[in-house]
Amino acid sequence: MAKTYNAGVKEYRETYWMPDYTPKDTDLLACFKITPQPGVAREEAAAAVAAESSTGTWTTVWTDLLTDLDHYKGRAYAIEDVPGDDERFYAFIAYPIDLFEEGSVVNVFTSLVGNVFGFKAVRTLRLEDVRFPIAYVMTCNGPPHGIQVERDVMNKYGRPLLGCTIKPKLGLSAKNYGRAVYECLRGGLDFTKDDENVNSQPFMRWRQRFDFVMEAIDKAERETGERKGHYLNVTAPTPDEMFKRAEYAKEIGAPIIMHDYITGGWCANTGLAQWCRDNGVLLHIHRAMHAVIDRHPHHGIHFRVLAKLLRLSGGDHLHTGTVVGKLEGDRAATLGWIDLLRESYIEEDRSRGIFFDQDWGAMPGVFAVASGGIHVWHMPALLAIFGDDAVFQFGGGTLGHPWGNAAGAAANRVALEACVEARNQGRAIEKEGKEVLTAAAANSPELKAAMETWKEIKFEFDTVDKLDVAHK
Amino acid sequence: MSEMQDYQSSLEDASSRKFETFSYLPAMSPERIRQQVEFIVSKGWNPAIEHTEPENAFDHYWYMWKLPMFGETDVDTILAEAEACHQAHPDNHVRLIGYDNYAQSQGAAMVIYRGTPV
Repeated sequence: MAKTYNAGVKEYRETYWMPDYTPKDTDLLACFKITPQPGVAREEAAAAVAAESSTGTWTTVWTDLLTDLDHYKGRAYAIEDVPGDDERFYAFIAYPIDLFEEGSVVNVFTSLVGNVFGFKAVRTLRLEDVRFPIAYVMTCNGPPHGIQVERDVMNKYGRPLLGCTIKPKLGLSAKNYGRAVYECLRGGLDFTKDDENVNSQPFMRWRQRFDFVMEAIDKAERETGERKGHYLNVTAPTPDEMFKRAEYAKEIGAPIIMHDYITGGWCANTGLAQWCRDNGVLLHIHRAMHAVIDRHPHHGIHFRVLAKLLRLSGGDHLHTGTVVGKLEGDRAATLGWIDLLRESYIEEDRSRGIFFDQDWGAMPGVFAVASGGIHVWHMPALLAIFGDDAVFQFGGGTLGHPWGNAAGAAANRVALEACVEARNQGRAIEKEGKEVLTAAAANSPELKAAMETWKEIKFEFDTVDKLDVAHK
Repeated sequence: MSEMQDYQSSLEDASSRKFETFSYLPAMSPERIRQQVEFIVSKGWNPAIEHTEPENAFDHYWYMWKLPMFGETDVDTILAEAEACHQAHPDNHVRLIGYDNYAQSQGAAMVIYRGTPV
């Protein structure tokens, strides 16, 4: 029977709270952690979030009746307590796939984390997880190449890759910068990286940086007989400028470029990832600004969602935190989003913060990048945590070696290979790390010096964003 | 603290050339080779042997020694093939590979006999 038009404000729950709804395989599912305003019922707050992130407006409008809103609306279908938190709750919302443009993370997140985050009925709001249906995943381009192709192209098997961010991050001339790259690569690293702050400043324009870095790569390859790369940062003020730099990187034979996907924007990133697929250039992704969005446990977007978003938008590497270094990271949660980046099917696992099964189908996996505050003594733990499909990036841990970058790089390479060999032999490398490294250092003066330099350094700050666990 | 050393590596010195995983560790002993073969077998990967002249080691394609040993789990059989390849090509690098057919990649790849640098 046709509906009639009644102007005015309706309670959200009348339309958007559907506890009997069974989500469809094609629905996009979201879990929000909601802090409601005092006096607002959970069902009403959950329904309000569903409404404001899909079809709802604050008042009924007559044009609602020109379409079938019951088909297009988001449905709040479940509510759960947050373990250890009496004030907040989880709301589960199902969105019909028709709401989203194919292959557009931009469109998905404009809805899911748009106006609703400023909405008055909730005090704070956090998007904890999103299940992308395989039907939607298949519309996205995804990683330009993925782990398997990168291993083949770079000829790196049976171990994690090694990188280093060139420092100081600001102020070097292009030629001196290329020197730092060359020293790292000839010492045994696979990759070096532009710092995210390095774009094309007056002290070092991108064009000279690309030229000098490419000479460093070429010479290090001839010298070591191994394949090398440097993440040339093409993050730029405009998409045209970004593509101009990417084209030049391809022209000079650079195997990999990099982009900052949050500050650069998801539109630019998705376009660049498509370009990388078309042009055979690997794509390293940095995540500057992520902590603004993901660090507060009650408001924003959890990093596991930003990681899934990147896999859909496209990138061959993504920074994930180190668990052991100077930056934020809870071990179980980090393992959760590492799996979301690399595996093809990930099951719901609340102990790792994963709220939904996620099927990626044939979409390639993304290398996890552990970077920041790590050095040779962290190697056993890094290998145990990340396994092989990761890039370990030692910035200070390479450049800060008392004998220079080449020695620092060699120290890291020896430490890595010693740990991989020991792991393959069935040894418990985290427990026996000291013995493994000490034995390797007997044949490597570079590693011995590195172990003397960094022995005492430890980072043991408490994690701010912990997983939600019961307190009673 | 150890005294500073120069980093020994140059285009001129052929012994500067590396060959990926484990090439920064000392050359492998028979016992260490055996342990890596055991690892490959334990992972369910297909072992394979390849070799090349050291001056062509940068190429993606080395020479296959026969075919990959699909389904072979006997460590001694695998070691014997590696040894036979080494005897036939004593100046070449000999590489042990573990093909992971699910990942469609090499789960392991390492030079187990080092050739003569030229």
